[in-house]
Parts: sequence; C-alpha cells; structure tokens
Amino acid sequence: MMKSREGEEVTRMQWKIPECALVVLIGASGSGKSTFARRVFKETEVLSSDFFRAMVSDDEGDQSASSAAFELLHQVAAKRLERKRLTVIDATNVHADGRKELIALAKKYHMIPVAFVMNMAESVCYEHNAMRERKLPSHVIKRQHQALKRSLRNLKKEGFRYIYKAHEPKELMQVEIVRERLWVDKRDETGPFDIIGDVHGCYAELVELLTQLGYRVVDKEDKVHVEPPVGRKAIFLGDLVDRGPDSPSVLRLVMSMVESGAALCVPGNHDVKLLKKLDGRNVQVKHGLEVTLAQLDKEPPEWIEEVRNFLRGLVSHYVLDEGRLVVAHAGMKEEYQGRASGVIRDFALYGETTGEIDAFGLPVRLNWAESYRGSATVVYGHTPIPEPTWLNRTLNIDTGCVFGGKLTALRYPENELVSVAAKQVYAEPVRPLEASPAVSNSHRDEMRIDVQDVLTDRIQTRLLRRPVHIRKEQSAAALETMSRFAIDPKWLIYLPPTMSPSETSEQPGYLEHPEEAFGYYAQRGVKQVICEEKHMGSRAVVIACRDKETAVNRFDVADAGWGVIYTRTGRRFFEDASVEQAILERLQQAITRAGLWDELQTDWMCLDCELMPWSAKAQELIRQQYALVGAASRQALAGAVSLLKQAAAAGRGVEELLSRFQEKQENSREFVAAYRRYSWRVNDLNDYKLAPFHLLATEGRVYTDRDHLWHMETIGRICREDTGVLMATRYLVVNVENSDEVEAATAWWLEMTESGGEGMVVKPLSFIAANGKGLLQPAVKCRGREYLRLIYGPDYTEEANLTRLRNRSLKQKRSLALREFALGLEGLMRFVDREPLHRVHACAFGVMALESEPVDPRL
Amino acid sequence: MYLEITYQREPATDLGYLLHKHPERVHTFALSYGHAHVFYPEVSETRCTAVLLMELDPVKLVRGRGPHGSGFALDQYVNDRPYVASSFFSVALSQVYSSALAGRSSERPELVEQAVPLEARLPVLSASGGCERVRRLFAPLGYEVEVAPLPLDEAYPEWGNSPYVQLTLRGTVRLKDLLSHLYVLIPAIDHEKHYWVGEDEVAKLLRHGEEWLPQHPEREWITMRYLKYQRRLADQALAKWSESSALEEGGEEQVEKPQRLNDIRLQTVAQLLRESGASRILDLGCGEGKLLRLLASERRFAKLAGMDVSIEALRRARERLPEEVELFQGSLLYRDERLQGFEAVSLVEVIEHIEPDRLPLLEQLVFGELGPATVIVTTPNREYNDLFEGLEEGKFRHHDHRFEWTRAQFAEWAEPLAKRNGYTVSFHPVGPLDEAVGAPTQLALFRKEIEA
Repeated sequence: MMKSREGEEVTRMQWKIPECALVVLIGASGSGKSTFARRVFKETEVLSSDFFRAMVSDDEGDQSASSAAFELLHQVAAKRLERKRLTVIDATNVHADGRKELIALAKKYHMIPVAFVMNMAESVCYEHNAMRERKLPSHVIKRQHQALKRSLRNLKKEGFRYIYKAHEPKELMQVEIVRERLWVDKRDETGPFDIIGDVHGCYAELVELLTQLGYRVVDKEDKVHVEPPVGRKAIFLGDLVDRGPDSPSVLRLVMSMVESGAALCVPGNHDVKLLKKLDGRNVQVKHGLEVTLAQLDKEPPEWIEEVRNFLRGLVSHYVLDEGRLVVAHAGMKEEYQGRASGVIRDFALYGETTGEIDAFGLPVRLNWAESYRGSATVVYGHTPIPEPTWLNRTLNIDTGCVFGGKLTALRYPENELVSVAAKQVYAEPVRPLEASPAVSNSHRDEMRIDVQDVLTDRIQTRLLRRPVHIRKEQSAAALETMSRFAIDPKWLIYLPPTMSPSETSEQPGYLEHPEEAFGYYAQRGVKQVICEEKHMGSRAVVIACRDKETAVNRFDVADAGWGVIYTRTGRRFFEDASVEQAILERLQQAITRAGLWDELQTDWMCLDCELMPWSAKAQELIRQQYALVGAASRQALAGAVSLLKQAAAAGRGVEELLSRFQEKQENSREFVAAYRRYSWRVNDLNDYKLAPFHLLATEGRVYTDRDHLWHMETIGRICREDTGVLMATRYLVVNVENSDEVEAATAWWLEMTESGGEGMVVKPLSFIAANGKGLLQPAVKCRGREYLRLIYGPDYTEEANLTRLRNRSLKQKRSLALREFALGLEGLMRFVDREPLHRVHACAFGVMALESEPVDPRL
Repeated sequence: MYLEITYQREPATDLGYLLHKHPERVHTFALSYGHAHVFYPEVSETRCTAVLLMELDPVKLVRGRGPHGSGFALDQYVNDRPYVASSFFSVALSQVYSSALAGRSSERPELVEQAVPLEARLPVLSASGGCERVRRLFAPLGYEVEVAPLPLDEAYPEWGNSPYVQLTLRGTVRLKDLLSHLYVLIPAIDHEKHYWVGEDEVAKLLRHGEEWLPQHPEREWITMRYLKYQRRLADQALAKWSESSALEEGGEEQVEKPQRLNDIRLQTVAQLLRESGASRILDLGCGEGKLLRLLASERRFAKLAGMDVSIEALRRARERLPEEVELFQGSLLYRDERLQGFEAVSLVEVIEHIEPDRLPLLEQLVFGELGPATVIVTTPNREYNDLFEGLEEGKFRHHDHRFEWTRAQFAEWAEPLAKRNGYTVSFHPVGPLDEAVGAPTQLALFRKEIEA
C-alpha cells in the first residue's frame, strides 16, 4: 500500500525523495522508525530525539529533558539545512504543532518537507514496547496513536510536499529510498555555453546573434531547427516574449532548441505572466503582453497548448558546471542557489525589491549583486542596462534589445561578450536606460566592501596549502589602521611582507653575517641565490600608470593622475601629491622609453621599491629619536670623558672606566654618522631616488614565474632611462656551493657595509622557492654592523652586549614573513584575475592584520 | 650621565666627608640597571669636585622608554636614558649619596647643617618646557642658574635646538638641600619615570620636599609632574602641606574653560536628539561614549548604539555605559549590516578625521543606505581658530584632523548633499558666539523630507 505524490504510480517499494529534503518520521513509539532510519539513511543524517535527550540528561527516556533536547535538535537541524544536507527527524512527531516548527525550519532554508508515516497497528507498537528495556506505559502509546490518526488527513495541508505511508513492519522492510536531484541541479552539464539575455520577441536579432555565435538556424515554414556548434549549448535567460515584433517565432525557436537539447531556458516574469493569461487567470494586459496576445491570435490552439506546456515546465534557475555557474532571469542569491521554493522562484523572476515604487512607477530594486559573495558566477538579465559590467562575479547581460539597445550573449567559460544591435526601437522604455539604478549608482559606489569581508578568520592562498588564519584582535587592529590611515582600498592591491634577518652570527663583532644567509638556502637545497644591495630608504609600493585614464578605467579611482606611491603599511608615501605625481610621471616616461608598456602589453605596473632618502619619510623619526639620542650622548659622554681624563691625570685609578667611556664616545660618533648617512636634504626631484627591485604585476600577470635575474634586468632597463630619479639596485648571483663565489659575495657585503651601506638581501634565484617541507623564505636580510647601531643602540657592538643580544628567535618573524608573502601575492593574483574588489582587499587587510602581531622590532 | 659637585671653601676636601666618599678612590656601586661610580677629578684645599657617573646597561634597560613615548618601535633599544638626568639618575643619587641626602655625617656633623658655597653641573637635562621653566624651578631656591640649550645636530642647523639643556647651579646652600632639590626636580623636569608611580611616591615627595616645596611658587607643577599627573596622588601631597592649596575639583579640565566646549557640544546634540522624536539612536564615531552616556538613562530611547574604529576607545566606553547600550567596532569605510534600523544618527566631531576623498562614501552609507529620519553632524568652525590662544596660524586643532572647514565650506558640503538625498538641513552654532567668526563648533541638522 503505497502512495506517491499526486497519485502518480511509482515502482513498489521505492520512495523517491529530493536530495534537499527534511524528512520527518511520523509514528508512535515502537512503530519502527529508528530501525528503519538506521537501515536507509546515513547515521549522521538522522537526528533522533532519544539521542538528544541522552545528550542533555544521560538518559534517553528522561521526558523532563525533552524541551532542552528538542531545542538542540532544532539547532543542529538548522545548521544541516543551511548547508543543504538531507536531514531526518526521528521523533514521534504525532502532534501538528511540533511538525509545524519543522516545516517552518525547512522553509526557512528552502528545503523540501517530506513525511514518512509509520501507521502501524497499535498491537505492533505494544509488542515492540514490551521488548524494550525501558517500557512506556501503554496509555502513552495509545494517546500517540490517536494523535497520529488525527494527523493523517492534514499532512498535505501542513505543507509536506512528499508523503509516504507504511502500515506493516513487513512493508517497511522492503522500502528503498531513491534520492533525486532537483530540477535546478544540472551540475554535470559543464558547457561550454552561450548565454543569451532578454529577447522580448526580437526574432531577427536572435537569429543574427545565434548565427554569429556559430549556430546554424534553419527556419522553414512552421519548423525551426537550430544546429549548435559542436559541444556547445545555448541558455536563454527568460523574457522571451512581450513588447517585441515576433514573440511566437522566438517561442518556436527556443522550444525547438530546448526540445532537441540544443538549449536550456529559465523563465522570465513576462513568460510567467503570459502563462497565467493562457491558463485563463486574471492578469493585467499591459507592459507588452497585449502585443504578444495579438501575435498569438494567429496561432493554432494546439500550438498554444504546446506553449503552455513549455512555459509550465520551466525551472526557476539552473546550477551548472559543477556548481561554478548559475543562470536565472533576475539573478540568484548564494543561499538560494540549487534549492527550490516559492520564494526562490519569485527571486529568480523578479529579483529583490524593496516594495517601493520609483518615480517611473517601477519597483525599486535592491541590488543583490552588490552584496553577492558566492563563488559561483551568476549570469542574469531582467533589468536593461547599456553595457554589461561584472560585479562580484555576477553579470547582467540584458542590454535592452527591444528598447533599441542590443541583444547580448556571454560565451562561457570564455567570458566573451557577443552583441547584435537592435534593428529598431520596438518599445519605449518606461524608465530611460541610462537612468536605470544599476547605472546611476556610480561604479564606484558598487565597489563597496562589507565589513564581514575583511573580518574573516581565514584566507586561502594559492601559495600555502593551509589557509592563513587571522585572529579577531588582529583584524580589529587592522580595521583601525586601514580606516584611519590607509589609502583607497582600490589602490591597495598589494602589501609587502615582513622580512626576517639571517640567523644570528657567532663571529666576533657581528650579529649578522652573510655566512648564515647563504647557509639558510644551502641547507634547504637551494643552489642559486641572488644578493641584492639593501638600500637605506623606506619601502614603497608603486603603481605606475601608462596614462591618466588607466587609474579610472582599471583601478576605478578618479583624479588619480599617474598612479600612486604608498608605504608598507598602506599609507600614502608623500603628503605632497605633487611630489608623488612628479616621480610617477618620470617613472612612466622611463617605462615608455624602455618600451615596456607594449612589450608587457599593459597599461599599469606594480613595483616593489625602496625610496630614498630615508629622511624623506622618516624625517620626524630621525629628528625625534636618532638625533636626540645623538645630541644627548655626545654632550654627556664628552663631559664624562674629559672629567675622567682629569681624574686619570691625577692618578685616581679611573683608567679602566676612562677607556670604557672612550669606547662609548666612539660608538656614539658612529651612531651619529650612521643616521647622518641616510638623511640628505631634498632640494629638487633628483634628490629622491626610487629603487625598484620587484616588477610584481602588470595587466593579466603576476611575475612570480620569472626569476630575480629577470626582475633585476627588466627593472634595470627602466632605471637606465632616468638615472636622475631612478636607481638600479646592485646585485650578485651566487652559487652557494661554490666557496669562491660565497667568498666574493661576503667581500662585497663587507665593502658595502663598511662604507656605510645598510647591507644586502639574499633571495633564492627563483621568485618562489619551496622544498619538501613547504615554502622557503622569499628573502633574508643581512644587515651591516654599523647600520645595526640604529636598531640595537650605539653600544650594541660591545662584546658583552653582543653575547646577550645573540639570544634572539627568528621563528615567529619567519612564519609571519611566509604568510604575508603568500597573502600579498594572492591579492595581486586576484586583482589580475579581475576578482571582486572585496576578494583583493581581503588579502591586503590580512597582511595588515598579521602586521599587528607584536614581534621583536629589531628583527 | 653624571652630576658634578664642586665645593670651594677651605678645606675643600671636606666634600669627601660630606659625601661619605673618599676623594682619592674610585667608588663603584651596583644598581639594578647598571652601575654608578664616584670619582674626584679635582682635589685641592681650595677646590674639590666630585662626580657621580651613572653607567646604564643598555641591554638591561629594555623596560625604559624613550623621552616622547612616541610609539617608536625601537624606543627600548635606542633611547636617551643613559645620557640624560632622569629618574634613573635620581634613584642612583639617592642610593649612592644616601647619607648626604639624609644630612648625616659622623666626621663633620656641624658642616652638614651649614649653607656652603656649592656648584652643581648636569650636562644633559631633558627640559621640554625650555630654559625658562628650568630657571623658574631653581631660582626660587636661591641658586644662580645657568641654562644653555643644546643643538639637535650641528650638521643640520635647520633642525634647531634639542629639548636638552645644560644646567649649572651656584649657590650657598646645605648639601643635603641641593641633593633633595635635584632628587625631586630631575624627574619632575624629565617627566619619564622608569617605574610605576604609586602611593609610596607621595611619601618620597613629602619626605624630600618637606622643607622647601610647600613654599615653592611652582609647587603644583612640580607635584603634578613628579607624580605623573595622577590627580589623586597629587591632591594627597598638596593637601598634606596646606589645606588651602589643594586644587579645586575638576582636574586637568579646570585648566581649560569653565564649561568645556565638548560638554556644550554633547549637550546640544543630546537635546536635538531628544527633540527629533527618534527612539533608536546610533552614534557613529562614539569614542569613549560620552554622548551615549548623556542619553543612556532616558526612557524615550529604546535602543542606543555606538560604533567606533578604535578598540581602545570602545573598551573605555564599555566601562562607562550600561549593558543595554550596544557598542561595536566598525568603520565608515565598509558596508555594515549592524548599522541598519536607527532613526537618528549622530556624527560628533567625526567627519574632519576622514580624508575628503572618502566623504562621498560616508554620504552614501549614512544618507543613502541608512537614510535615518535625523542626522546630526558637528565639526570645527575653522574661522574660530583665530580666537584660540596657542594655536598656530594655519594649524588644525588636532593633529589627526584632515581638514577644518569655514562655515561657508560646511554649507557647501551639506546643502547639495541634503538635496541629493532628500533631506533638509539647518545649521546651528555651538559654543560662545563671536560676531565676526561665529561659534567654535558648527552643527548641521539633517531631517529627511517626508514624501507627500
């Protein structure tokens, strides 16, 4: 005795249910629910009230724990349904109000409520009960039974979409569950597709577009046949009819394509309204429906019947290509994708509206696409716009053909747009196309980032296997810095990573030495390294633009000139914009002369640089910290030494003290000399020196696949073109297994640092280096002995101090450096892949968050 | 850092007895943060000089702080502490010269109580108040004061002078007085204590300042600085000396205006919010929650919430506000669902902290997306800046201000904005009104136009 949905005959013993179902078992205690559920469902799919009672009270029969148990059960069910997991509620569920809550839960998550009724004879239940350890009083079972009987009639009305019943235990034994995919789920169709926007009866344009897309259209008499290019399939986004000159022909063509498997079609609001009219329901005949009805008048009734069947069979939206593509007439929110309900169908047809009406009498639409954060690409139509624009992985391709615009198709996965211009204006738009909300909101406004996008706790990168974790307090700190000090997020496509020093040297007088830097890579199997001179300036990220339009066109920043220069913490480098722009203009000219714009096929370039002098950015720091310490130490030590000399001359046994203070005096002199070396006066532009060392990215590319030699040589070509303001970085390629080369590089370092240089950075020759254990440090710095006075204080070189200072740990710094390196490059990759702004910004935000971590600042 | 004390009365070698340090030897003392040495570069019957030389251990010094507490990350490692007269030095002085400071001398007990000709030299004193301040501190104590500023870096004369001065004091005083003057005034001038200032600091101040501080014309300044502006401690100390000299209620704020501009501003905004009829109020940039505190007790407000970007400000706000007031960290840079559902939004002294090119974002968020019935915005009136003493011309009132507007500029921003977003706007002066330049604060009250 089985019954199926709508009385349709199904194979005996097969209970078909949709994959996204909430299955409610209904039956008295002892009716065999749990045994049945165990047999046909996964253990984790079944939420049983007994189990939750035991969980909160250690006793599955403790009725006093029921309300707590159900509270938990509902919570778990909600989490599962949210994740679209089939869920089975194993409880008696004989009372309507209990079931009502479950149906509401299913509806909330757009899952389908299914009832399995165990309508066993009372005697069966008593029998089972008798075998149990903990027996229920028989009046309880009797009452449950009565409640079940009362329930039976109303299940459909309560909202269960599938109802199956069993009356005997034997019957239950033979039931087999068949899970069916929803109609919307076409994940196994992987395309390629040609997705076509709102046609609205523009038949001639449709034929032209299909032809352009490579479809062969044969239109003879009443028969249309369309042959797609091999392997391709068309998708119609609905609104086939109304307003335009030939809706019947459009319907005929699309119906034939869908029937032959050459196309998929989702319904539009106009199509649905037409269906209602054809079904004889009362609708307002306007907005172009009157045109279609007049055209259909000439068609035979049998064909009208076919149209009705076709329209009735259309499914709200489709999820395609392994979940990577979603198509719907008016768009689809992430949480609705691949599910089915009335709400979802309405969303697919009309989008999200506020319920308000605008000045043109049209509904005010909320732009769901603006807050869309899903990973699937959503292609939709419905709202006519002049040009399709990607926004958060969504694309509206309704370019208003019927209003005299054009008919547009998106080739997927190529993401190419193909359009055919309208042959005439068939209808006057109710609202001017240009003034549609999607356009009047400037592009800029649509690029807003949600605070939840940046307050995420993990970011997956391409470079690291595991996601980068961001702690709450780190993102809180970053939120503050980002909001108060950083430049426009649209510029902030990259933030550089921190850099670890080499392991601490044991050589007398040194804290850092090239030996350990080479050792780091040699021990990890890297043979070729590059040593680059470390300039004593400030880190600067430069985005250089080929022309002034690029800032607007590619970065969506208005009035930005030649690009931007920002610091490693995302702040504008120069307070004076004219200096910034003058340097950028010089750089732009140098890149032009070097011929790199064309060679790299780009309008912009992102460069990692050092900008000198240090005093340009750190003037305050130098004056308020370094010069201060210098002034105080000079004065105090000169006085002390002179008094000690006097005492020594008088033979008071202060010689040791004197020599110690003379040494301090010497240290103080070196300290002053060190900071003076890095601060020079800037009188004109040529007193600035910009030294790029990574050509990070250009249009469509991040140069992590090129080795550092390529970076140095390419940048060298730019620097040669303007030696006034640009500075090439000196470098040396070293084979770390060749002792002569290592020795030569060490000598080079000594010479540089002894004449006041900051030191050098040692990098693996390839931009990204890894060994079996994972990613290696992209660079380690090796700083000069004199320079380190500015970090460790004037007297750090005294051996007694060095001994103690050598006890430093690099572990945390190195771990940060790797994570920030991965995040920084991830941001660039997302930017060149044209991912949504919030996805790019999350990476820079992540770097900033990690940078809030307290680390020994001397490293 | 060192202190040079020269004694010029025959027999000058008595200085050794006074200091309890034999002139012919070098005396070294271990301190918790380094060493102190006493030696005599000059010893004769007519003139004797003792030097107390402090040698700080820079590696042990990691808990010391730089002179400006500027947030400079390397403060702990690169700082002036070894070279300037600071609390470190005061402590060294009290330990090494403890008997002299206490006025004890077994050999020359009568000399201890006598005023004698002494000269003291400190090579580097960090005196942010400048030479004049140093003079005002020592001159009333009977010294002939010689103060000379030190240049920051002679290679860069354009950088000007450092905050350091070289100090020489000459006078006929008791040695123990000289030492207690230095003991108290050095850390007061330097203003960077390397240890926590608590109750026992009050006791030290009372002990060492007992005989001279109550009469000192700068006693309040000295007390406040010595106790690091801990009002409660300073009041304790001052109350001990004279009932009448205790400061009136009101704390630092009392130094400013009888009624502070900020209070007037907040009360004005609070009143406008009450009159707006709104019951759900959101204060954007709530800071420490002063406005919300004014509103918190009133029944008419069903929901009060504050957003700020600073976690530290929110932490303090949480302490002063009842639980029902919702507080959260957020930023006007990002779209945020938590901002929905309020009838009135206030932005008190917020917009001037935002880069001008970001103001359209604020407009879109507050007026476009949230669109509450009432929006209140306050910002400084730049024209009034001329009337602020001590504000350099062309400077902003706060270093984080990105702009300060005249009344015309404010209107230029607010009026078209109101029109674009369907609001009416009215402007209100806040604070004492000047005929020519207006009030110090300007306020714009935006009301959403009700659609017909």
